[in-house]
Amino acid sequence: MMIEAKNINFYYGNFHALKGINIAIPANTVTALIGPSGCGKSTFLRLFNRMNDTIENAKLTGECLVNGQNIYDKTVQVDALRKNVGMVFQKPNPFPKSIYENVAYGLKVNGVSDKKYIAERVEQSLVAAALWDEVKDKLHQSAFALSGGQQQRLCIARALAISPSVLLMDEPASALDPISTSKIEELIHGLKEKYTIVIVTHNMQQAARVSDKTGFFMYGELIEYSDTKKMFLNPENIQTQNYITGRFG
Amino acid sequence: MKILERLLEGMFKMSSAITSIVILLIIIFLFKEGFGLFRSPVVEKGYGLYINSKNPVTDLNPTQIKQIFDGEIENWNEIGGKDESIYLLRFDEIFSIYSDEELGENYQFLPQKLNNIISENSNIIAFFPKKFMPEISSPTKEIANKNIGIPDFIYGKEWLPTTTPSPLFGIIPLVLGTLLVSFLAILIALPFGLGVAIYLSEIANNKVRGMIRPAIELLAGIPSVVYGFFGLVIIVPIVQKMGNISAGETAFTGSLILAIMALPTIISISEDALRNTPLALRESSYALGATQWQTIYKVVIPFASSGISAAIILGIGRAIGETMAVLMVTGNGAVIPHSIFESVRTIPATIAAELGEAPMGGTHYQALFLLGCVLFLFTLVLSIISEIISNKQTSKSA
Ligand SMILES: Nc1ncnc2c1ncn2[C@@H]1O[C@H](COP(=O)(O)OP(=O)(O)O)[C@@H](O)[C@H]1O
Ligand SMILES: [Mg+2]
Repeated sequence: MMIEAKNINFYYGNFHALKGINIAIPANTVTALIGPSGCGKSTFLRLFNRMNDTIENAKLTGECLVNGQNIYDKTVQVDALRKNVGMVFQKPNPFPKSIYENVAYGLKVNGVSDKKYIAERVEQSLVAAALWDEVKDKLHQSAFALSGGQQQRLCIARALAISPSVLLMDEPASALDPISTSKIEELIHGLKEKYTIVIVTHNMQQAARVSDKTGFFMYGELIEYSDTKKMFLNPENIQTQNYITGRFG
Repeated sequence: MKILERLLEGMFKMSSAITSIVILLIIIFLFKEGFGLFRSPVVEKGYGLYINSKNPVTDLNPTQIKQIFDGEIENWNEIGGKDESIYLLRFDEIFSIYSDEELGENYQFLPQKLNNIISENSNIIAFFPKKFMPEISSPTKEIANKNIGIPDFIYGKEWLPTTTPSPLFGIIPLVLGTLLVSFLAILIALPFGLGVAIYLSEIANNKVRGMIRPAIELLAGIPSVVYGFFGLVIIVPIVQKMGNISAGETAFTGSLILAIMALPTIISISEDALRNTPLALRESSYALGATQWQTIYKVVIPFASSGISAAIILGIGRAIGETMAVLMVTGNGAVIPHSIFESVRTIPATIAAELGEAPMGGTHYQALFLLGCVLFLFTLVLSIISEIISNKQTSKSA
């Protein structure tokens, strides 16, 4: 298993945000996390690159494993973990730099200084994010000049550049128009060959289109987790069924 | 209800109209008074400079006149005349040449005597009230008394507003003094201000920030005389000792005080800019394995750069317009500064120091108003620049 959660409980102060989560996600799959707003999807996703570390008064119990290793173990270096577990956020948020520098950023902050290697990785990442053809002639222009959809693919390229094995995506298409959204979905489909992807989404159709497995969260609990097809056609849990039919209807 | 709303709307409209008109009137007044300078003659009103009519020189600029009277120009050939040493005759000297009887009871013979002296000395230049030179007869010629020119003001290297017969209103030393003190102040304040802003926005927890922020705002509220007094009593002696110079009132001292005064502006504006960096942008950086410091200097500062530039510009604006504190600690020597450890005089300090002694409506008074116009243009340019920068900032975060 690429990603595993073992009896995870997470608290924001007194608020019990995640309640006894168990999940095992195989490598090179796309897993969608669905559920109503505020049910803890983002909180759960962010556990796997330790983005919740700096939240004051937060508490975590249970084990988070990536590639079999407990990532909250004292021996784990957070920056090394983040090199292996990339993240794409909800709104496209390029750095105030050129397109090239945006993609090169992760390499540079991790101490890579070989210019030739950086240039190669920038190109490979932009190709992998299906953005290369659109930007190859303006790599040194500001990333702000790109459209929203292009910016989001740039953010994906930026995450890919440091060669992670896991890619966490928190509603990556929710701020985009339908055409840009379908480009991102296509991209996700192609990326699973090399990466394990976990994507939070509000959009049922999107979950159905892109994912192999789906997890349904509600009130901090993982209600159901199974193959996407089964989840949408024949859910075991009545809450899941209500939610899915309600969202499709 | 409707009527009340109408009434209120009318009142607000009126007060904005009145405010705009008042501001406009102030500016018009400033420029009208200031530009009066260029309609005033070089030589004091009611006086004239007279030379022998055989002398080929016809006009002199204010600097030449001043140099003649200071003895810096001693020969007519230096200013386009013949090779003759200059014989300068001041008005009061006439009384040691002629006795009171010779001049007559009501000085009625004075014009005649002057005419004699001028015709006898081809190298003379005489400075006299016009009324004693009733008519310009053949041996005597008046130096053309032109109006003060814009170049005399803009390119003038000396500010000597009270010398006779022709005061010098060159703004170069004042402009240089102002710019030197202001930019040096920003140079000093920027590293500190930015450091504090970064600390407050990125590192300090809410409790510490809640204590430091109000303290800094308090700093902004202290009257500038108090800063000036502090500078005079504490910083001036320190600079004097450390620099081993005769007087501690220098450009550097002024910059130090101004730096302290500009700090609140720089800190609060750049801290706001830094805090405006979206959380998602910081998180994206952390998510790529960047440390907090890498995130600060590679993402947060570049994102806030326009806000920081605006802070710098506004800080300079604050420094350029500051009067009292600078007046108290810079020594006010109106000379072109050659080092930061020399006395300088800024434009606002000049206005404040001299307006009281300048006779209303006179050339000195007009020149001070013109300095006000120059200062106004400086700050106008600065606020336009900061406006452009902050527009860029909003379009970026949108
Ligand atoms: N930093 C935080 N501090 C306190 N409570 C939080 C914080 N972040 C999220 N929460 C709360 O935790 C719950 C789950 O949030 P989140 O994981 O963002 O939900 P989702 O992504 O499913 O919409 C919500 O009730 C939210 O209000
Ligand atoms: Mg969320």
